[in-house]
Amino acid sequence: MTTPVAAASAAESYIGAFDELVNRDSGPESVRAQRRAAFDRFAALGFPTTRNEDWHFTSVSPIADEDFVLLSSRSGDVRRDELDPFRFGATDWHTMVFVNGRFEPTLSDVGALSPRVGIRDLRSAWTDDPDAAARVGTITDWENQSFTALNTAFMQDGAVVRIPKDEIVERPIHLLYVTDANAAKGMMHPRNLVLVGRNASATVIESYVSTSDAMYFTNAVTEVSIEAGATLRHYKIQREAHRAFHVGTTEARQARDSHFVSFSFASGADLSRTNVYTTLAGEGCGTTLNGLYLLDGEQHGDHQTQVIHAEPNCFSRELYKGILDGRSHGVFNGKVYVHPIAQKTDGKQTNNTLLLSATAHIDTKPQLEIFADDVKCTHGATVGQIDRTALFYLESRGINAAQARRLLTYAFAADVLETIEVAAVKDGLESMTLERFV
Amino acid sequence: MSLLEIKGLRANVGEKEILKGLDLTVDAGEIHAVMGPNGSGKSTLAQVLAGNPAYEVTGGTVHYGGKDLLEMQPEERAQSGMFLAFQYPVEIPGVSNAYFLRAAYNEMRRARGEEEVDPLEFADLMEQKLAQVDMDPAMLQRSVNTGFSGGEKKRNEILQMAVLEPRLAILDETDSGLDIDALRIVADGVNALKRPDNATIVVTHYQRLLNYIVPDFVHVLANGRILKSGGKELALELEERGYDWLTSAPAVAGAGAA
Repeated sequence: MTTPVAAASAAESYIGAFDELVNRDSGPESVRAQRRAAFDRFAALGFPTTRNEDWHFTSVSPIADEDFVLLSSRSGDVRRDELDPFRFGATDWHTMVFVNGRFEPTLSDVGALSPRVGIRDLRSAWTDDPDAAARVGTITDWENQSFTALNTAFMQDGAVVRIPKDEIVERPIHLLYVTDANAAKGMMHPRNLVLVGRNASATVIESYVSTSDAMYFTNAVTEVSIEAGATLRHYKIQREAHRAFHVGTTEARQARDSHFVSFSFASGADLSRTNVYTTLAGEGCGTTLNGLYLLDGEQHGDHQTQVIHAEPNCFSRELYKGILDGRSHGVFNGKVYVHPIAQKTDGKQTNNTLLLSATAHIDTKPQLEIFADDVKCTHGATVGQIDRTALFYLESRGINAAQARRLLTYAFAADVLETIEVAAVKDGLESMTLERFV
Repeated sequence: MSLLEIKGLRANVGEKEILKGLDLTVDAGEIHAVMGPNGSGKSTLAQVLAGNPAYEVTGGTVHYGGKDLLEMQPEERAQSGMFLAFQYPVEIPGVSNAYFLRAAYNEMRRARGEEEVDPLEFADLMEQKLAQVDMDPAMLQRSVNTGFSGGEKKRNEILQMAVLEPRLAILDETDSGLDIDALRIVADGVNALKRPDNATIVVTHYQRLLNYIVPDFVHVLANGRILKSGGKELALELEERGYDWLTSAPAVAGAGAA
């Protein structure tokens, strides 16, 4: 747990920015009250230390020690064509672009969406869709998670997406967060809310990318509510600048017979932490949490997943793979809680890591807490290197050593990439994986 | 100039010496059988020729097409037309057989200064090669050797051989684990590839395969050296008498090798 000294000093360096924010236009009174409560919680919690079990392998002191400036006004200078590399070649997606944390309508294209679908930036939602906006902060546990509390205190922009009952949104909705050189030494706290109505279906892609090599801090939170019988596919693409810090939490709540399919791709940032949490709060739900992290150099990349089986007859499937080179450090912690009532739970979790160098390392920790007696829950973790026999086999067919290594590295990730249902995303991430370790 | 000329070859696996001064010469147009009991060094010879870094060459010379083979990387050996059909073909989940074959084929073409072929051209070529080894085209879409039966794996090796058209093919225990039908398909594949300008070394424990792939020369390998060489009738003699008459009498064996 955090010491009071650390907590006090953490809040101290943020209090100036916070006072300035709440004294300005920072949303309706209900939002300002929530900000104050959240800031108090952040002040009490402080930044997590490695004595906190959930942060045992990840020290956030590089974030805590830095004095980030809240990017509070429009500061970006990004041209439309600069976004092309981040669109996966797709031209017909519904896209909301955020530059340095702020919504940029001139770069966004959501006009082709059905008028039944509500899609707004957070600030507009406060006035134009207050019912939806009121859900912000009701799904995440910001009272007990430092970074989510910090986000709730400082959130200024984000996407509020409301898919009405029975609506099938065919094309992906892309929330594209881009930073440029103006983000240097800045922090942003994107806050997204995705509400999927009964029997509706949608795909949301959330990208964090940069056109610069600036050092900045993204602290994103996405809340997801999936109503009965609905499906949400959620792809998170973290390709932040190499000196950046990224903490991102996706937290979902699923009603009866709903499905949540999540994929987390993480290859950027100097230090990153990705949380993917879901609560199966109705019978007959399914959740699939997959991911791939690619790290090299001195990068540190941490994933924590949490599946709460709160009702019977639900399944969860989890496959996370990591490829680590250089002196990078990967962390995977997969939590599965099965409540006493959640009989017939069917859970499977797998984490496989490929180490490409002798100096890369992974800490992997499955964490299953099962309080029901009629369940099927398995987990497995492997850590390995390139198979020398396979390498020689490829070389003996005339494929040069470097190409053979690339092919085997890609092959390691192939099965988890195969699970991606949006072909353009799958192809794009396959290419990134092939090209990453040359 | 011989296609392959091995002189006094010595090789270790770890600390253990497996090949202890092996001599063998293979000319274009020939089929050589290397036979011997388990542990005699047959597979080591095959792996050393293909360049497996798990084996350490400690002495002797190997010339292939006039070049110093031991100085060549495994992929250079392959690009120069050497092909090893593995005793235990390796499973590579995540890489499709089609992609793998085309990548290998294009590497060969590049090495010869020829244009690469695109997937469509390659599909035409594959249709013919698949028929040659009686293989289901569906096997191309599966990951390399992954979940293949023993016979399917061996057939996949011969398919690769048919696609790559080697100058020197080394078949390492390609007959082990095959039923007679599969054995005949494999043998037919090998025989169909025989040309005056290429050669084959068949490494085997049993004479059975040699009913279908008829060798010009038979060599008995034991304790890391060639103990005896002869024509195809030597294989029949070995089938009849086993290997003991050669290996249990060191004095005779020594005389034979000298």
